[in-house]
Amino acid sequence: MTEFKQTPLNALHRDFGARMVEFAGYEMPVQFSGVMDEHLHVRSEAGLFDVSHMGQVRLAGAAWEEVALALETLVPQDVLGLQDGRQRYAFFTNEQGGIEDDLMISRHGDELVVVVNAACKEADLARLQTLAVSISLESDQALLALQGPASVNVLGPDFDDMRFMDVRNAEIAGCSVWLSRSGYTGEDGFEISVAAEDAQTLARHLLDHPQVKPIGLGARDSLRLEAGLCLYGTDMDAGLNPVEANLAWAIQKVRRRGGDREGGFPGASIVLAALKDGVHRKRAGLRPEGRAPMRREVPLFADEKGGAQIGFVTSGGFGPSVGAPVAMGIVADSLNDVGTRLWGEVRGRRLPVEIVQLPFVPARFKR
Amino acid sequence: MKYTEEHEWLRAEGDEVVVGITAHAAEQLGDVVFVELPESGANVTKDDEIVVIESVKAASDILAPIDGEITAVNEAIVETPNMVNDDPEGDAWFFRMTVADASQMEDFMDEAAYKAFIG
Repeated sequence: MTEFKQTPLNALHRDFGARMVEFAGYEMPVQFSGVMDEHLHVRSEAGLFDVSHMGQVRLAGAAWEEVALALETLVPQDVLGLQDGRQRYAFFTNEQGGIEDDLMISRHGDELVVVVNAACKEADLARLQTLAVSISLESDQALLALQGPASVNVLGPDFDDMRFMDVRNAEIAGCSVWLSRSGYTGEDGFEISVAAEDAQTLARHLLDHPQVKPIGLGARDSLRLEAGLCLYGTDMDAGLNPVEANLAWAIQKVRRRGGDREGGFPGASIVLAALKDGVHRKRAGLRPEGRAPMRREVPLFADEKGGAQIGFVTSGGFGPSVGAPVAMGIVADSLNDVGTRLWGEVRGRRLPVEIVQLPFVPARFKR
Repeated sequence: MKYTEEHEWLRAEGDEVVVGITAHAAEQLGDVVFVELPESGANVTKDDEIVVIESVKAASDILAPIDGEITAVNEAIVETPNMVNDDPEGDAWFFRMTVADASQMEDFMDEAAYKAFIG
């Protein structure tokens, strides 16, 4: 697997017995002790994820306003209003109103750091380089995620005052880091950016704690699915607008119709119209009634027999904490009500599936 | 015990064979969360997809190793799928079937050959 890129923690993963796979051009750990065990450990204690394959890009300019307003030309979020030391969820849109990638943006003084998906890194960098601000890919930074209810216990009382989506600089185990109280599991936790050369030291320090286990991409996917969080390229993509992806909550008022900085991002007319007029299909939570998981691309129907397809599963599998199959999918708006029973066609047979409220597992963020 | 390249084991019992998946296959699959078995009494042909097994990660098919009739299936693994991880070569057998063509049994590996096969 030498043709794939490696993160600074590659050797550590092997020391901990990881099964390695290719993901977005990187050699990454898919599991250590097993997906089920790792998943449940994160929900009960704490797990450490290596997410160094994701892109960290710094935006700098003469003043905060310049940097914030530049990024606002690519995303429908309120960037200008982001307070120093705060983080926000965002997405790049295209001219059709579709989503090109989702990202976390954090303000560091007058600068921004955005964290983008590994598979979209090059395209996102090219997109950002069109802006009249200074752009640098921080390829010498690693990114670790410590997730689970014991996370703050592991880091120590110095971090107890951070709220969900707070960002700050700190020193942990002698390593200079910046960290945010956020993540991709629905649990309390932190994402920690650290110099590549310090990544092993920091990771080993955290893994030395008896409550922390290393966690692979397999459990990362089942945890985010139970938390109702979208995976780019799966639950949302360039052909789905933010309202269809059920992400309208992430578009602040100031960028909507009648807001002070209305529009001004790619596909704004389409997205703003969708916000006002609604859409014909939308992402929903799906709970198969039986035991058979309904995975990506399972077609959905209104009836047990016949009729046209009314939606499809975008991601699905077994939810270890739910103890049953869980899924998300795109469903025609006319049928998209919690409690509605649909039918998913699995191996030629239609099986009942109910539309449910997301998330499947209550979020436990430190608000 | 005989082994297939599809990572099934076959154990002769009287005129019939009992079929399951190997410990190696169970380990590769990871946590098994769903098993769908054929109907008892079904006539199957070698390489028919007759069992669906899903782990947390993915779905896989298990093929009929030989021609024959399914004479019994192990409902316990449908009720408790993770038995397949706990005891794949014992209590977590999948089905029992007749042997329509004994010559098909000659294609399979013995334990030493299977161990070499999985490296």
